[in-house]
Amino acid sequence: MKKPFTREQKTTIVYGILCIVLVIVVLQLWLLTATMNAYLGGDESIILPAALASLICFLLNAGLLRYLYAMEKK
Amino acid sequence: MSSERITTTPDGKTDAEQPRWRKDFPIDWPEDNLVARRDFTKFMVLTSFAFVVGQFWIMLQNFFRARRGEPLIRRIAGAQEIPVGGSLTFSYPEDNHRSVLVRTSENEFVAFSQECTHLSCAVVPEVERNRFLCPCHQGIFDLKTGQPVAGPPRRGLERIKLEIRQGSVYATGIETRTA
Repeated sequence: MKKPFTREQKTTIVYGILCIVLVIVVLQLWLLTATMNAYLGGDESIILPAALASLICFLLNAGLLRYLYAMEKK
Repeated sequence: MSSERITTTPDGKTDAEQPRWRKDFPIDWPEDNLVARRDFTKFMVLTSFAFVVGQFWIMLQNFFRARRGEPLIRRIAGAQEIPVGGSLTFSYPEDNHRSVLVRTSENEFVAFSQECTHLSCAVVPEVERNRFLCPCHQGIFDLKTGQPVAGPPRRGLERIKLEIRQGSVYATGIETRTA
């Protein structure tokens, strides 16, 4: 049977996940400002792909958070 | 009690017997670090969700803008009322949307929204220098194309489509693609 993670290991994993989440959130912020700029400039072609990309980023973040809570329960 | 705990809980009971709220308010620093980082990650994921909501809000706004269609045709002024190099402010398409008409030559008129694309200050035509100037942050736009030339704005001014019919200048629509 696999040994559960120690607290130090858990903290390291949380740090790693937090770094990934932060990078994705910054990417989403950039995506939102770029989309808003395109929308105000009348460019409609990137609105849907940007929304889908942002949704995928969020799902990835939510998955990582879910893993974090699942790890806590072990 | 977990062997990793540095301090004991106030009631001396095991981890499993502790109320749920106590897990969010740990006593020792290593546990507190873990909980604080985990909660910050949770907050960041919420922020990520807020960005998704923002993206879909833009999509919704775009849907309604596309459905609105072209604005009405409206007479602005008689062509002879404006001298060459002169300008006239008018409202189009709504009454609260200020626009400016400029006569650049005998037979040439241009009209743009007066809202600067940086922070919405009113731009002022400077025909002799062939530009629109935004006095708030020194944004400069080309007089004929409305494209940004200098200063903070990155997008061009909204162009008003014009037609000259029987000696009068008419606004017939808005060209939104300015990027």
